[in-house]
Amino acid sequence: MSLLDIFSSGDTRSLTMDEPHPSSLLDSGAQGVIGKPLPRVEGPLKVAGKATYAAEYPAENLAYGVLVRSTVSAGRIAAIHADEVQALPGVIAVVTDYDTFLRNAAQGGDTDAPVQGVEEIQYHGEIIAVVVAETFEIARDAAARLRVDYEPGEGRYDFERYRNEAERPPDSQVEAHSQQGDPDGAFAAAAVKVSAVYTTPSQNSAAMEPHASIAEWKEDGTLLLHGAYQMVASDQQQLADALGLKADQVRIISRYVGGGFGSKLGIAPESVAAAIAAKQLGRPVKIVMARQQVFDATVRRSNTEQHLKLGADADGRIVALIHDSLVSNLPDEDFFEPVGIGTHFAYAGENRRINHDVVRLNRTLSGSMRAPGEAVGQMALEAALDELAEATGVDPIELRRRNEPPQDPEKQIPFSSRALVPCMEKGAALFGWADRKAPGSDRRGEWLHGIGMAAAVRSNMLQKSAAQVTLTTDGRAIVETDMTDIGTGTYTILAQIAGETLGLPLDRVIVHLGDGKAPPAAGSGGSWGAASSGSSVYLACELVRERLAKKMGVDPAAMTLKDGRAIAENRAVDLTDLVDENIVVTGQIAPGKQEKLHTQASYGAHFCAVKVNAVTGEVRVERMLGVFAAGRVLNEQTARSQCLGGMTFGIGAALTEELVHDPRNGKIVNRDMAEYHLPVNADVPQLEVHFLPERDINANPIHAKGIGELGISGAGAAVANAIYNATGVRVRDYPITCDKLLAGLPD
Amino acid sequence: MHFTINGQRYEADVDIRTSLLDLAREHLGLTGSKKGCDHGQCGACTMLVNGRRINACLTLAVMHQDDEIVTIEGLGSVENLHPMQDAFVRHDGYQCGYCTPGQICSAVGMLDEVAKGWPSHVTGDLTDVSLDDAEISERMSGNICRCAAYPNIVDAIREVAAKEEVSA
Repeated sequence: MSLLDIFSSGDTRSLTMDEPHPSSLLDSGAQGVIGKPLPRVEGPLKVAGKATYAAEYPAENLAYGVLVRSTVSAGRIAAIHADEVQALPGVIAVVTDYDTFLRNAAQGGDTDAPVQGVEEIQYHGEIIAVVVAETFEIARDAAARLRVDYEPGEGRYDFERYRNEAERPPDSQVEAHSQQGDPDGAFAAAAVKVSAVYTTPSQNSAAMEPHASIAEWKEDGTLLLHGAYQMVASDQQQLADALGLKADQVRIISRYVGGGFGSKLGIAPESVAAAIAAKQLGRPVKIVMARQQVFDATVRRSNTEQHLKLGADADGRIVALIHDSLVSNLPDEDFFEPVGIGTHFAYAGENRRINHDVVRLNRTLSGSMRAPGEAVGQMALEAALDELAEATGVDPIELRRRNEPPQDPEKQIPFSSRALVPCMEKGAALFGWADRKAPGSDRRGEWLHGIGMAAAVRSNMLQKSAAQVTLTTDGRAIVETDMTDIGTGTYTILAQIAGETLGLPLDRVIVHLGDGKAPPAAGSGGSWGAASSGSSVYLACELVRERLAKKMGVDPAAMTLKDGRAIAENRAVDLTDLVDENIVVTGQIAPGKQEKLHTQASYGAHFCAVKVNAVTGEVRVERMLGVFAAGRVLNEQTARSQCLGGMTFGIGAALTEELVHDPRNGKIVNRDMAEYHLPVNADVPQLEVHFLPERDINANPIHAKGIGELGISGAGAAVANAIYNATGVRVRDYPITCDKLLAGLPD
Repeated sequence: MHFTINGQRYEADVDIRTSLLDLAREHLGLTGSKKGCDHGQCGACTMLVNGRRINACLTLAVMHQDDEIVTIEGLGSVENLHPMQDAFVRHDGYQCGYCTPGQICSAVGMLDEVAKGWPSHVTGDLTDVSLDDAEISERMSGNICRCAAYPNIVDAIREVAAKEEVSA
């Protein structure tokens, strides 16, 4: 049955969010599982090593592929000397397809293929061929030996050199340029001014599982690909388009994904290489990207240069807000890091400009990494607010309170819910904000101590998403969707939603994810997964409830479902007695007018305490606390873990993470996990996370909003502001490493 | 070649270049140990060899024919979890789960090192090695978790260590 058939049948409950949805079955459910800090349903599989990731599926007669990368940064391939390695024992073939191999990884959500064609080299490390052999060791050896001749070309590598040639990109998630009122005039006339340039370097998602594909062609000409993906439905479309197939001729399976953080939103070069090699050789081919290849040839977060100009009256009320950003990307790419996406609605201010321009460079593709826009934008905006607080002599929390907009300051529409001020107030009380001292004044031995805060804002999005729910005759619910769980907790929260609405304990709910043959879901990205996919499961369960009520001959509202029994009108019936044949229904949610009528976002406040060594400049994060308001929390434990992860990304961005590009060739110099400095256990204290109770009835029927990217938004700025408070040194060039602090530290 | 893994004897015909990690994952179907970097930088491949934790990607299979090797599959099963596995589930000491087998093997090996009195970089008194949060964090810093479950990992290990101390 095609998906269209499912949707056109009477067994579908669809909802387009055109109106508020004030009531939710999750508030009236009797099972008592929603929101609870329940352990992950797939947890035992993960800790026992039995959860299967992309590269771990057995396949008969499997061959191993190792990718070959370009060692020049621009030009053309003149020759690949395949014959020299083809003769090595165990080597099966050197496979390439100049037209079809992916030059760039795909951007998330695109439904057509990314840039293809690898005869032309656009960046250092571009994947140009794959060596396939009987074993991994033979393939790796042959790939290393493979000689490639190039006709070198000219490229653009140095951001500084080409910054003046920046161009306005096409509008995407946000308008590239936007203006309201007279920002320059208002800034010039402002009583208090902050004008500062902040820079953030290229970053890498560095998910623990490298990108991997096992490609297997079936006798009917369809392709089965076990891969590591965040958005299966659109990834299937990208892969099909790249290979000249119809979407229904490609099936991706992605049941467990070892982290994504944006890097697995779209297909990466290994997928097409594996598919072509498998086709050519007539046997399954597995390709796991080497970690260095993940750095070189998937996706990075763009470096940014952000010029913040805040003009305020003497009391700190913002009259001019200017956020001009320069970012970088490859010549053929429309994506730009939407640096100012949160700036549009974070604070009041009548005169505003938020511009993005792109410097075209021959560097690895830039695309989405956790909280595209907010993550780096708020590292600058929230630090600039700290500077404005100091310039006006207003406490940073009070300054933000004074600039709290009553409604969206640009669209002039209400916020669906906005709890920034309560987040700041609760955090201040819990953290001991009142004990904050003047910058550089708290020295204990050779350590300078300080605390800082920053606000967190992250846009909330709803995406079209579908799921099928089956209530079986033996009283179990089976949830099926191509939604993914990349560590976010999807398996568990979907089980909780089904359990709460159908009155089933979680051991009677089975969730199947990541199979492209199941109803298409929103996928994991943009923090929309739980709300979008969760709403589709909710809607399906709502329909199941109605079917059960009909069987009982009662009004659904008068029926309570609990522990596998339906209770109404003083009758209690076991679901196993009520359901004589499986009830199979589909739920589907779609965004509607609500997102135009309200500005929807999640909010939070970060507080951080650091100590900085006055002699060496070493920074240690001593305490960090976040308070978040993101609608209904579906699982307190997995939600908290999401925030822990986001805050830690913030610590990394503030202190250590930086992709270093060689200005001579754009090459990523530190392309591994030893040289790209991720936060390790010893870098992260016992972080504290709190949620404010909230329901967003304008967002979706489950009243939840995004959490996964809220925790990173503003987190790095809280660290930076704490460092300033400790030392009196303002470093605007992230990451804040010892060398940048040293000159300003006391003798 | 012959290997003893999780108490079971395996025969395998592998390349002299095959790492202990690839032996397990690609030849024996033991895919619980993960490959995150293949360079000993991330710790996802951590196994216990003769009781000591090592990065299985950095050692060749051929060197371990007479060793007792324990992988995550040997610590416990889905139905019968090792106390450390159970603690990771209850404390949410993971998210995506990819670094998790390595974290758990590393934690088990690490507690044994502490029991033997081996100091770490943050140990104050070298003659009196005890476990606190700083010790756990320091000793677990060879296992990267990009999802950053670190606070929960510390909670899980602290709990298991306390229980072991009581029972010892």
